[in-house]
Amino acid sequence: MALQSWWENIKFQFDLNFVQRNRWRFITTGLGNTLLITLLSLMLGVVIGVVIAGVRSTYDKTADSARPTFGRKVLGFFNALCKVYITVLRGTPVVVQLMIICLVIFAWSDNGVALASLAFGLNSGAYVAEIIRGGIMAIDNGQFEAGRSLGFNYLQTMRHVVLPQVIKNVLPSLMNEFIALLKETSVAGYAAVRDLTYGGNTIAGQTYSYFMPLIAVALIYLTLVMFLTWVVGRVERRLRSNDH
Amino acid sequence: MTTDVLIRVEGLEKHFGGRIHALNGVSAEIRKGEVVVVIGPSGSGKSTFLRCLNLLEMPSAGKITFEGVDITDPKVNINLHRQKMGMVFQHFNLFPNMTVLKNMTVAPVTLHKKSREAAEVLAKQLLERVGLADRAGAYPNQLSGGQKQRIAIVRALCMEPDVMLFDEPTSALDPEMVGEVLDVMKQLAREGMTMVVVTHEMGFAREVGDRVIFMDGGRIIEQGTPEQVFEHPENPRLKEFLGKIL
Ligand SMILES: Nc1ncnc2c1ncn2[C@@H]1O[C@H](COP(=O)(O)OP(=O)(O)O)[C@@H](O)[C@H]1O
Ligand SMILES: [Mg+2]
Repeated sequence: MALQSWWENIKFQFDLNFVQRNRWRFITTGLGNTLLITLLSLMLGVVIGVVIAGVRSTYDKTADSARPTFGRKVLGFFNALCKVYITVLRGTPVVVQLMIICLVIFAWSDNGVALASLAFGLNSGAYVAEIIRGGIMAIDNGQFEAGRSLGFNYLQTMRHVVLPQVIKNVLPSLMNEFIALLKETSVAGYAAVRDLTYGGNTIAGQTYSYFMPLIAVALIYLTLVMFLTWVVGRVERRLRSNDH
Repeated sequence: MTTDVLIRVEGLEKHFGGRIHALNGVSAEIRKGEVVVVIGPSGSGKSTFLRCLNLLEMPSAGKITFEGVDITDPKVNINLHRQKMGMVFQHFNLFPNMTVLKNMTVAPVTLHKKSREAAEVLAKQLLERVGLADRAGAYPNQLSGGQKQRIAIVRALCMEPDVMLFDEPTSALDPEMVGEVLDVMKQLAREGMTMVVVTHEMGFAREVGDRVIFMDGGRIIEQGTPEQVFEHPENPRLKEFLGKIL
């Protein structure tokens, strides 16, 4: 008897939260936005990360051999700038950065998805930069020297010798950053951006029942993360199996 | 052996961080076709000297002239001159993500010294000569230490350099593999390659060295033919050094 009424209740809740008034759409739209924000911010993060890692590691790698030219000073300036960027972006909560971007700097805009992508991308860039820089610094200096001794200039050595090895080494870390980002974007609602979590919250606000919408949201995150983790595992195994 | 000077080093100094003086005024000449062997105790500046020759280390002071060009001049494009100076490292430094053939051809092809076809023809000839023709498709981690070093030598040769610099090329090898690498170097010397070799292999120095340079404390203390240096050393520090290693 109790079981039956429990089951009836579940059916009722499901109907109320997802079927009535097509409320499932809050979930699907939110999921779409979450995926879009994650993807766009990762792309932005990689671009920023590559640039910063390039500046930082070029500055470090050329410290011994460089002549104190004007170019070197310019590089030093950008190096310092990158350090500040990394310190600030990693030293403050991403949700605060998000709110500053959405509610202060771009308060006039209501393109929530774009602004959230910008905010998470800027933040992710700081982390990606350190992942890539770590990957570059992990390459044995002998590889640089071998490249340079053959007559490659700095950029050619990077492109033909170092970066192919770096990409292989950091690909799993970058994919893990993508997974972390997917979960991190769940705070987008603080700036009224309609992501997956916000969708679940909206339903709950209308139906006054939190259980179903939030469990649904959690299950969707979990499924995505488990799937992506499985993909990372496969990629890692692939990379290791043709490890030379 | 002609007497044309290929590399002239004048008053070379190298300081690391102001306090470590790795080189304290080294002057030397490397002539075309000459095999110069550099010996000396650990930390005496041998590697630094060698690495300054192709500006892998930027000299703190002094002048290096290679083929008539002052390569320490900031206006000189050092990359072009490095193409003419092959270098072989203690730890091989092969590119682990490339096959042997790619290791050898990536520089000549990318730097437009040769077409891919021409580079591969030369690479295969060189592999043949060092007895590794069957390893063209292998990756470095599939090779023994001796094989790796032989590949590193022919990789440098693929750029058709005018001089080869060796920094302790056999020091990281198991004893049974030293011979195969030295044989390749001897063959190279016989073919008239100009070579500067930092090594502890005194047998090699005696057999193929035209000149032996003894360094200590960042200076050239004594130099001469192998006969002079090994049989009639004059400087007490050289005598002491030879007493320890011979
Ligand atoms: N990159 C470096 N930074 C600081 N000190 C160095 C560096 N390279 C070499 N040295 C120092 O310079 C001196 C000469 O070193 P090196 O030329 O490697 O000697 P060798 O090859 O004869 O053993 C040593 O005291 C060494 O510690
Ligand atoms: Mg050394």
